[in-house]
Amino acid sequence: MAATTTKAKFFRQADLTSSGRPVLLPSEVECQLLTSVDLEPEEDRSHLFSALKSGVLILTTHRLIWLPPSASATAAYAIPLAAISHIFSPKKSIKSMFHSPRIRFQVLTDTDGQVFDLGSSSGSSSVVVTAVIRGKGDSDGFLGKFSECWKGREWETAVSSDSNRGSGSSTGGGLYGSDGAVRMVGVAGILRKEQEMWESTDKSLQEAFQDLNALMSKAKEMVMLAEKMRQKLLSGTNTSAANDEEMGSKEEMQDWLLSVGIISPVTKETAGALYHQQLSRQLADFIRIPLEKAGGMINLIDVYCLFNRARGTELISPEDLLQACSLWEKFDVPVMLRKFDSGVMVIQNKSHSDEEVFARIIALVSKPEALRNGISASDAARTLEIAPAMAKEHLLTAESKGLLCRDISPDGFRFYINLFPEIDPSDVYLIKDYGIYSTWIKAISTCHGAEVSRTS
Amino acid sequence: MQKLGDFKLPQFFNYPPYFTLQPVRETREKQVQLWKELILEYCRTQKIFVIGLEEEFPLFSNPEIERSLSHEAREAFVSALVSDGRAEWLDKGHRKCLILWHRIQDWAEIIINFVKENGLEDSVMTVEEIRSGIESRGTELHGLDRIILMRALKLLEHKGKLAIFKGTTADDEGVKFSI
Repeated sequence: MAATTTKAKFFRQADLTSSGRPVLLPSEVECQLLTSVDLEPEEDRSHLFSALKSGVLILTTHRLIWLPPSASATAAYAIPLAAISHIFSPKKSIKSMFHSPRIRFQVLTDTDGQVFDLGSSSGSSSVVVTAVIRGKGDSDGFLGKFSECWKGREWETAVSSDSNRGSGSSTGGGLYGSDGAVRMVGVAGILRKEQEMWESTDKSLQEAFQDLNALMSKAKEMVMLAEKMRQKLLSGTNTSAANDEEMGSKEEMQDWLLSVGIISPVTKETAGALYHQQLSRQLADFIRIPLEKAGGMINLIDVYCLFNRARGTELISPEDLLQACSLWEKFDVPVMLRKFDSGVMVIQNKSHSDEEVFARIIALVSKPEALRNGISASDAARTLEIAPAMAKEHLLTAESKGLLCRDISPDGFRFYINLFPEIDPSDVYLIKDYGIYSTWIKAISTCHGAEVSRTS
Repeated sequence: MQKLGDFKLPQFFNYPPYFTLQPVRETREKQVQLWKELILEYCRTQKIFVIGLEEEFPLFSNPEIERSLSHEAREAFVSALVSDGRAEWLDKGHRKCLILWHRIQDWAEIIINFVKENGLEDSVMTVEEIRSGIESRGTELHGLDRIILMRALKLLEHKGKLAIFKGTTADDEGVKFSI
């Protein structure tokens, strides 16, 4: 108990989604993951927090997040990159060859002995934290990414663009001073101009050769833009009492933007060995809203399109998707993969009940019109408000349960309520005066009666 | 009620799925059972002994609901009769089928009763006489398919109840009863 409180006191808490993935801050992007990582304090500072053992260490553009190894964890520990004052370069020694790789960095703490964070009182002291990588992850690559992210100071741009947008870019190119005056005077000015030109040609050359990289970074910007617009729309609808039509178009716009926006897609590059596991969790988080809209069940092909559209450029293969879905069995997520007898695969809510769907189908085929003429998959799709392909799967499942029968004729493939169990084979003429068989006979005889009266 | 000649059809004859071979096992078993009953009943009342699967057979289609059985379905239902011992294929290609609404041993029993009733225990008859003679008029033996009759007679011969002797043509085939 004491151990957990000291942990919690030192670290910042990171929230997790229901499928166990960290909830990212606005414009925060995951960079890399390592498995089996311990976090230890300096030897003489162990009163600050007790060591965290063999969790997953996630590097994002904003934070280091340590996920506890148990699958049922609801919260993780985070160190904002802003709180890191130094990253030590690795010691190269004979000894280190036999050790698990270590990454050491200095963390600022505030007066309470908690990790310094933006907005809290400025760091008063610091502590050296060591990450011991016991897993097989690429620790050198991680260290590289770590310092890259730390030096990138992504968290600052996010904050500044949110808080003082429009105040002008003070960190702009070297042509302008902080006061906005042109700094191009004398020989220094000429030299500067030369260098400027050289730099710009070099830059455009690089851009030309790095078409793909440029495209991908642009795509990322687009996703960020979409997310920003969505946020703006959201705040807009809250404040202004717009008329219905405007609201409708705004909602549409929001939907559309939402379908673009996974800002931080899990990739093979960032997640490494944990790729499918993390992908699986991200997919579980992502699919909830589309699943709700589709009535609790979505075709896997549709999921593939939706998910990849949301990921932008970091597309995944169908195999990856399938593997991510099949990993759900191991996690406590509210969705599941289901394979119909026909081979069609869908994603559905675990709470989704076939019985409820069957009840609605039975109600549908028991209507007099359906008793006479049966129903097609598109009839069922209209009533159940789902896609015809999905409706057909439901009908086939209901058929396999003995609730329906099929009728294949030149008019097409139709389903009828199953009357066979009601008919007595030892007396084929026997009709009980109750049950669905007699209801059906009444339905068809009124039909014939109508025909007779029409023709006479 | 819908009729086929003087044959009264059951209500489910107008149920379209009755004419589509059902893929679900339990449903299909029930469907097959109903078809077997209907085929036997129809053949018995209409004195039909042979069904040709590729020929027109009134029971296999329902113009009222514009449905008819596929060849696969016909073969499935008739095969079910064959495995019950209520029908026999007449060719390897499964195109023609003998329908036994009475099994062969039942037909043999009928013949014995007929012989006893007419006091023919020790007499001689031709096969044709049994099928179309004055004595058999009004009995089930009248108009009996020749193949079925020969099977029944052979069964009785095997049991020592009669002897079949051949003439020069099929018409001359004779039977000596010894019951």
